[in-house]
Amino acid sequence: MTDAGASDDQEVVDADRRKFLTAATSATAAVGVVFAASPFVASWQPSERARAEGAPVTVDLSKLEAGQMIMPVWRKQPIYVFRRPPELVAQLATHDDRLKDPRSTDSDQPAYAMNERRSRRDDIAVLIGVCTHLGCLPKQRFEPGDAQLGTDWPGGFLCPCHGSRFDLAGRVFNGSPASVNLRVPPYSFPNENTLLIGEDGTAVASGAA
Amino acid sequence: MNKAALVAAALLGAACPLAAVAQEPAAPAAESVAWEKWQAGNEVSNVASLQRGFRNFMNYCAGCHSMKYVRYSRVATDLKIPIPMLKADLLPDGAAPEDYIHASLKPQDGVAWFGKEPPDLSLIARSLGVDKSYRFLKTFYLDPSRPTRTNNLVLDAAAMPAVLSDLEGVKQAVFRNVDVTVDGKSTSTKQFDHFVTVVPGRMSGPEFDLFLRDTVNFLDYAGEPAQVDRRSLGVWVVLFLLVFTWLAWLLKKEYWKDVH
Amino acid sequence: MASNDAEYSPGFWGWLNKRLPVEKFVREQLLEYYAPKNFNIWYFFGSLALVVLVMQLLSGIFLTMFYKVGETTSFDSVEYIMREVNYGWLLRYLHSVGASAFFVVIYLHMYRALMYGSYKAPRELLWLFGMFIYLALMAEAFMGYVLPWGNMSYWAAQVIINLFSTIPLVGPGLVEWIRGDYGVADATLNRFFSLHVVAIPLVLLLLVALHLVALREVGSNNPDGIEIKERRGPDGRPLDGIPFHPYYTVKDVVGIGLFLTLFAVVVFFVPTFGNLFLEEANFEPANPLSTPEPIAPAWYFTPFYAILRAVPNQRLGALLLLIAVMAFFFLPWLDRSPVRSIRYRGWWFKAFLAEFTISFGALMWLGLKPITPNYLIAARVFSVGYFAFFGLMYWYSRWDRVKPVPERVRFHE
Repeated sequence: MTDAGASDDQEVVDADRRKFLTAATSATAAVGVVFAASPFVASWQPSERARAEGAPVTVDLSKLEAGQMIMPVWRKQPIYVFRRPPELVAQLATHDDRLKDPRSTDSDQPAYAMNERRSRRDDIAVLIGVCTHLGCLPKQRFEPGDAQLGTDWPGGFLCPCHGSRFDLAGRVFNGSPASVNLRVPPYSFPNENTLLIGEDGTAVASGAA
Repeated sequence: MNKAALVAAALLGAACPLAAVAQEPAAPAAESVAWEKWQAGNEVSNVASLQRGFRNFMNYCAGCHSMKYVRYSRVATDLKIPIPMLKADLLPDGAAPEDYIHASLKPQDGVAWFGKEPPDLSLIARSLGVDKSYRFLKTFYLDPSRPTRTNNLVLDAAAMPAVLSDLEGVKQAVFRNVDVTVDGKSTSTKQFDHFVTVVPGRMSGPEFDLFLRDTVNFLDYAGEPAQVDRRSLGVWVVLFLLVFTWLAWLLKKEYWKDVH
Repeated sequence: MASNDAEYSPGFWGWLNKRLPVEKFVREQLLEYYAPKNFNIWYFFGSLALVVLVMQLLSGIFLTMFYKVGETTSFDSVEYIMREVNYGWLLRYLHSVGASAFFVVIYLHMYRALMYGSYKAPRELLWLFGMFIYLALMAEAFMGYVLPWGNMSYWAAQVIINLFSTIPLVGPGLVEWIRGDYGVADATLNRFFSLHVVAIPLVLLLLVALHLVALREVGSNNPDGIEIKERRGPDGRPLDGIPFHPYYTVKDVVGIGLFLTLFAVVVFFVPTFGNLFLEEANFEPANPLSTPEPIAPAWYFTPFYAILRAVPNQRLGALLLLIAVMAFFFLPWLDRSPVRSIRYRGWWFKAFLAEFTISFGALMWLGLKPITPNYLIAARVFSVGYFAFFGLMYWYSRWDRVKPVPERVRFHE
């Protein structure tokens, strides 16, 4: 070490430079760690295979009779596709007072399903068959006036796990543990007898690869 | 430093006998076509070439050879092919864009007709290599003794017929006897000399070379689709690390001023 | 207790330290651990080995999330990772290049010990723990290489497992027991997966911890081979020592930065490293009916492989391979030199270390090549060179005319 006076000046300069360099190196390292972590985090996003398997599903409706439901799978979820009897469709407007969210303002559906039928067409209903309470599959109870559900039951779904009830438009009844209506996936009709689930001409629906 | 010089000198000294031990057979006479040195010369970053190569693959290879790890939709994205064009021109009937590339040929038919199933080509560029693949496609020649009536310089008695002869033409191989010395022993072997065109193809020599280069380029891409992204990301990572190391070094020098 | 409370900082830090000796650990292991001030470039490789270990653990954990073990699924799942998992290709290359990087670092780390006598008393146990780490690492790398179930994976498993059949009496039964089947098969692959992912990493972590504790106990050696603890100042601190933190923390960061830069160049631009880190044959699925040509283990095993092939007798070859690896264990007792560091040793040791280095390098190169008559002769010559270093050390380490060892370390600013 040189004489006391000079080394004191040296010390002061050194300490500042050290603080600066330490801060600069640490900050760069921190940025580096974030960048290094990002591929690991990104790897958890759905892989190309998951996205490809989530491609739109085509359903043939020509053999679907009134009151009948089929259950294709789209993006790992059961989709309830059923043809509503015309007489029951008209009744959908009559029991709004028994529903928690009759206008679907709190529920999740594309714009074309924010109506009383919660669908594009009167006859074909397309709903995600996952109870909005805790995720069980609601069971069909299409017959009006069911013994278990009461004479004023208009037809719909009953969830076996905790008893949530939904109408033929997937709207949740008062008194159910579920609080919102059954979700509606994006879908479209390329022609009269074909349903395309997952594709409705918007960017959100097509979920690019 | 003394020790380092010693080790370096010893290593250099050792390299000489090792080089003598690593003997190659004597080089063939100058006028033989050096087909073993042909290189594909492809560039995976050349998207236009990849597009042509993909088209070539679908038209000439996908009938028999699958690429079971490659999705049409992924190729379309990477090669900038719009999906409608993919569906119209390149996608086989009944296939969806998300499907993997499957061959039309059924495996049992492959065995029955060719003696073995045509191998999947997803990884051929990584196992055989682009250059060998290029040479393979370019060295089919007429051989009446074979069931396919062709043979190949890279893969002797290849089960694959010369599917590109329409484009390349049909050629004969001329061999000659050559004396070679291998590991001290002298023998005479039949060595390839040159090709002779018997029937001209629809493409000229350079046209066919480009066709092959594009096709092999597509095989290169298909072997590792991420490679272009890998290299471009790598530039940034290495630059960042150099900056970081430089900062760390300044910090080290500063602190080590204390140490005497 | 009120009197205890007074010793601890207020707040959460004090609460924590009363229950877990965090501050004590940092103080003792970093601030008050005095390391020799003359560490040179050869002293980076210990911390780099730790960095690579962490990297292999991280990349390995994430790869296991996507890899599907099974003779019909392993190969496909690796391609799934390479092509369809976001940044899966990066996870894979980090792990495959990391494996080779591990051996580069470890061989250089061990070489440092050879040069500076870091295996000599009182560091014999430290050296032995390191050697066990090396063995565990070889097992880990071997099993990891089988997991992609490529053609080289299959045949490497076949050849290495068959080595065990040379053990007298139990050999053939042992081989079937290791495989779990009559040939290398799904059972083998599955158990290797468990060992590679869980068992050996746990063993490695334990051994590394023991290695570090042993190091802390005896203190680091240094390029001059002097015990710095023998010369202390009036404050009790070694005259030639400096606190590990901040001096070596800051220096190691530079080493890590340089290493990561080189590592990134390989990972992003040449991950297969000319067929050395990822072999061409492994891009074909395992085929019991077709052996790759030429067949060779990964580069870090080839020196031992060359020795194995150099011997015309299968059983003797396997035995010599075992001796070649185990010879390192005996170094602390074979080396009878009174000095540690090569800087103060005589010409015998320098000559033998040089020829050992050349032999090891030559054997590594030869192990990658197919056998030809000339290569076989060379392999035999260099195998003798390899064994001579150890076998004759008991005598030449004593004969050597050593130079006087200085009192203080040689340090240039």
